[in-house]
Amino acid sequence: MGIAVAMVVNGRNVTAEVDERTLLVEFLRRDLRLTGTHVGCDTSQCGACVVHVDGRAIKSCTMLAVQAAGSAVTTIEGLGSGTQLHAVQEAFRNCHGLQCGYCTPGMIMTAVELLKRNPNPSEHQIREGLEGNICRCTGYHNIVKAIASAAKVLQATAAA
Amino acid sequence: MYSFNYVRPSSVAEAVKALNGGNFLSGGMTLLPSLKMRLARPETLVDLAGIAELTGITIEGDRLCIGAMTRHSDVASSADIQRVLPALAELAGGIGDPLVRNRGTIGGSIANSDPSADYPAAAVALDATIVTDRREIPASSFFTGLFTTALQAGELVTRIKFPMIKRAAYAKFPSPASRYAMVGVMVVDTGKGVRVAVTGAGPCVFRQEAFEKALDQNFAPQAIDGIVVSAEGLNQDLFGTPEYRANLISVMTRRAVAAVQARR
Ligand SMILES: Cc1cc2nc3c(=O)[nH]c(=O)nc-3n(C[C@H](O)[C@H](O)[C@H](O)COP(=O)(O)OP(=O)(O)OC[C@H]3O[C@@H](n4cnc5c(N)ncnc54)[C@H](O)[C@@H]3O)c2cc1C
Ligand code: FES
Ligand code: FES
Repeated sequence: MGIAVAMVVNGRNVTAEVDERTLLVEFLRRDLRLTGTHVGCDTSQCGACVVHVDGRAIKSCTMLAVQAAGSAVTTIEGLGSGTQLHAVQEAFRNCHGLQCGYCTPGMIMTAVELLKRNPNPSEHQIREGLEGNICRCTGYHNIVKAIASAAKVLQATAAA
Repeated sequence: MYSFNYVRPSSVAEAVKALNGGNFLSGGMTLLPSLKMRLARPETLVDLAGIAELTGITIEGDRLCIGAMTRHSDVASSADIQRVLPALAELAGGIGDPLVRNRGTIGGSIANSDPSADYPAAAVALDATIVTDRREIPASSFFTGLFTTALQAGELVTRIKFPMIKRAAYAKFPSPASRYAMVGVMVVDTGKGVRVAVTGAGPCVFRQEAFEKALDQNFAPQAIDGIVVSAEGLNQDLFGTPEYRANLISVMTRRAVAAVQARR
C-alpha cells in the first residue's frame, strides 16, 4: 500500500507513491537516484546522510519520506549550479577537506547551515557544529580549515 | 520496521482521536531508531508536525510557555528564552548535535523520560508544569521511572510552562560518544530556596536534597564539600560505574553553582 507524497527536491517538484516506512534517504537515493547523499550508520549518529529540509540540516536516515511531504529538500546535488561549485564545496577541494569522500556530502550540508546561522564562526564553534558528523579519514583539521575559508569567501561575496 | 498507518492531523483533538493505541511522532529522533530496531510495533503513527497549536514560545504572565513541538534548536536560539530563562536555552543548545537539535522536540524529550535526557533536569529543578490535552501535571510527579511518566495511555503533551528564573544553570558531563548526559545537574536559586535536579545518574531524574539544604545555607560551590553522595541505585554501564557517577553529581553541582554565581 503506497502513500502519495509531493515535495520539492533541489527546486524540482516530485510526486511519488511510497511505502510509509520509506526513509527520506531511501527515497532520495533509490527513487530519485540522488546518490550523493550517503548512509554511513543508519543509526542517527554519523551525519553522512545530512540534507536540508525547509532550510534545516537534518539526518535523512532518521526521517520518513512521508514526514517530508510538502517540504523543500536540498541535497548535495542541489547546492552548486551544475557548472559552478558552492563556496563550501570549493573550499573543501582547495583545503583538501576530504580523503575517501564518504562523509563529505553530509559535512558540507551541515557546514552550509552552520554558516547560514553563524557567518563568522570561531574554530571552536566550527568544531561544535560538526559534532553530528563523523569522518574516519581526515582527523577533521582540514574540514575545519575548509569551513573557515568558505566563511571568509562567503562574507566577502556578501559584502561585494 | 514493521508497517504502520501514518496520519498527520492538524489539531490536538484529531491527534488524540487518531492514536488508537499507536504512537505520537514528534521529532522522531528516539522513536524512529527504536522502530528500525523493531523494539516497538505501533499500528498507527500520529505525526504531530501539522498541529499549529503545539508550536510557539510565549510569555504568559510570570510563565514561559513552550509548545511541545518546539525543536531544541529553536529553544536554544530564542531571544526570549535567552533573556528570561537563559539556563534553558543553554541546556537545549547542548543536546546531542545540531542535526538532532533541528528535529528533536521538548515534548518528545519530556514524554520519553530517557534516564540520560537533559530536559527532565530542567523541568524538575524549575518545578515546571507539563500541560496535556486533558490536565496539568507538576514536573515533581511527572517522571516516575525509567522511560515512564505519569502520562496515561493516549495522553498528549501540548506544552510546558516554566517559571522565569535567571539564577539557574545546567552543568552536564556529556558522553563523549552520544552527547547524552553521563550526569547533568540543574541548579536553581528560586529566591525561596535552592533546587538541585540530577539526570543521567539514576533510572530517572531526581532531586538531591542534601545539596539543596547546604546551598540554602551558603550558595557557593564549596558548600557541598564533605557531603557524600551514595552510589546505591545509580546507573552502571560501559561508560561509568555508579561510584563514578556519584562523584560526577558533586562535580557537576559545583560547576552549576559557580555558573549561577557568574550570572547577573
Ligand atoms: C544522536 C543522538 C543524540 C542525542 N543526544 C541527546 C542529548 O544529549 N540529550 C538529550 O536530552 N537527548 C538527546 N537525544 C534525544 C533527542 O533529544 C530526542 O529528540 C528526544 O529524546 C525525543 O524527542 P523527539 O521529539 O525526537 O521524540 P520522538 O522520537 O518523536 O518520540 C519519543 C517518544 O515520545 C512520544 N511522544 C512524542 N511527542 C509526544 C507528545 N507531545 N506527547 C506525548 N508523547 C509524545 C512518542 O510517542 C515516543 O514514544 C539524542 C538523540 C540522538 C539520535
Ligand atoms: S546514516 Fe544517517 S546519521 Fe549515519
Ligand atoms: S573523508 Fe573519508 S570519512 Fe571523511
